Amino acid sequence: MSAQTDGRDAQPAIALETVELEKSFGGVHAVDHLSVRIPRGLITGIIGPNGSGKSTLINLLSGTLPMDGGTVIIGHRRLQTIRAHESPTNGITRTFQEIRLFPQITLMDNLLIAMTRRSVFSSLFQRGRGARRERAEAILWAIGLWEKRNDLAEELSYGQRKLLEIGRVMAMDANIYLFDEPFAGLALHMIELVKSLMRRLRAEGHTIIFVSHNIGIVRELSDYLIVMDSGELLAEGAPEPALNDPAVIEAYLGN
Amino acid sequence: MRITSPGDGVQLSRAPQFLLASLRGRLEVWVAVLVILTAAGFMLSRGVGFSIGLMTLFTLWGMLAISLNLVLGYTGLLSVGHIGFYGIGAYTVAVLTTNPRREFLGDEVIQIFAWPFFAALPVAVLLTGVIALFVGLVFSRFRDDLYVLASFGFAIISLNVFVNWQWVTRGPFGIHEIPKPAIGGFVFNDDLEFLALALFFLAVVAIIAWLIVTSSFGRVLKAVREDEDAVEVFGYRASHYKLAVWVISAMMAALAGAVFASYTSFVDPHSFILLESIILVAIVILGGLASIPGALLGALSFVLLEEGIRFIPLLPPEHVGQARQIILGVLLILLMLFRPQGVAGRFKL
Repeated sequence: MSAQTDGRDAQPAIALETVELEKSFGGVHAVDHLSVRIPRGLITGIIGPNGSGKSTLINLLSGTLPMDGGTVIIGHRRLQTIRAHESPTNGITRTFQEIRLFPQITLMDNLLIAMTRRSVFSSLFQRGRGARRERAEAILWAIGLWEKRNDLAEELSYGQRKLLEIGRVMAMDANIYLFDEPFAGLALHMIELVKSLMRRLRAEGHTIIFVSHNIGIVRELSDYLIVMDSGELLAEGAPEPALNDPAVIEAYLGN
Repeated sequence: MRITSPGDGVQLSRAPQFLLASLRGRLEVWVAVLVILTAAGFMLSRGVGFSIGLMTLFTLWGMLAISLNLVLGYTGLLSVGHIGFYGIGAYTVAVLTTNPRREFLGDEVIQIFAWPFFAALPVAVLLTGVIALFVGLVFSRFRDDLYVLASFGFAIISLNVFVNWQWVTRGPFGIHEIPKPAIGGFVFNDDLEFLALALFFLAVVAIIAWLIVTSSFGRVLKAVREDEDAVEVFGYRASHYKLAVWVISAMMAALAGAVFASYTSFVDPHSFILLESIILVAIVILGGLASIPGALLGALSFVLLEEGIRFIPLLPPEHVGQARQIILGVLLILLMLFRPQGVAGRFKL
């Protein structure tokens, strides 16, 4: 997306911006007039206590939930509504907090889904061979599941399924990658693998946004940090100053 | 491999275990071999005429089973309304091809076309496709249980149309003397010739279905079946895919109906009751969800069961129908308990 890099000032370019973004469930404001700017080409961590609206934000950006109000600006697009199937057009892809693979199809097919033609008619005449398959195999190698490529996704362990879901979004040609709790429940070596995969995406120029409860990983991995509480923005900026913000310490870390 | 204690007892107890494991791992192969051998033996013992009849029934159920498997096995939509499309196909061919001799029902004049079969066939398939498009547009609002209920409603409505739209369908009297297919002076009059034609149509349906399920489209269908919302995030319109496969599947069922009408030369609403739809669902689950050979295996097993049960000794003829349904029901329950994907299936309900 170098074409859209506007060199107006020295500020890092913005990959995604929300303006007064709103979402309520019943009377509860899950995301409450949230205005944030996500820098392009960096890893942005989102933290906050349970129920602070982190996952809801991810769901709104990917169209998994409809927004109630506000605007999302992605590149030149100003969006008042986002529908899930428009995510690739918006250059967005995501993983889910509760893993949502396609359990009763093979690992290979789980990845190929991210790569094949989207239109009903042309997909009828496309067969999953050649370059796409090679790319899928390369991703399976990278996440260490190549040997299981013809197994069903439901046969994998929890951690492996989590890795496959990350592999599936890597197979997308997206600009912005949303990871909802990518480290939860993973063994240490898998955490290291996911970290390196996210850094690899960043090195390729992609924008990464991830939600996590693990402050240590957030501190280590994030270039930029957003702290949310009760659907509102509590702090943003470089990780260390943001984490040391008195409001953050009080609201999120307690006492 | 235990080498230290090669006692006889161990050897003996291991052999059946090995057999059992092999039976489980390759159940589809074993069942297929068993069913085909039974069918062959049965046909050899009953003679040529019987065999041709059995095989023709198999082609009809085979087409229907493949058609439903696209929707049920690959896309995960449990439709009990497919018999409606089968009926629409059959009635369209019946109405368009019937001979002017039997045109009166009381004072009402029945529309007469007397088209050749091969002219009526594409009309039947396309008309069913259009109807399925509208039905599917309504159905796209439903999922899971509601989908089953909606398709149930469709089966009831279509049956009522067959019974009550007497001006076209002649209602319970049915339409008689539907001609055999003819092309360029050649009439598929002989049973064997008709079987060849029916097998040709079955092959066409099977090949189209195979091309569909091995394409990217087929992969998306399976993903829709697994998680409709997640597949949207990857840029696919799940509802469009469901609608497309629904229409294709309905057209296949209509083709089967058209062949059926011409085969029996008589259609009446009784062939399109809900029970037939449920039997069709049973055939697909029995043979194997999300598997085309499975659909064919299910169809062959069912035809064998249907025709073979008459020859079970000590079974009074008036109970043949019930016995068939009981056996089918028990088989279904056993499968749901021990092998929910069906014999050769790739998808567990």
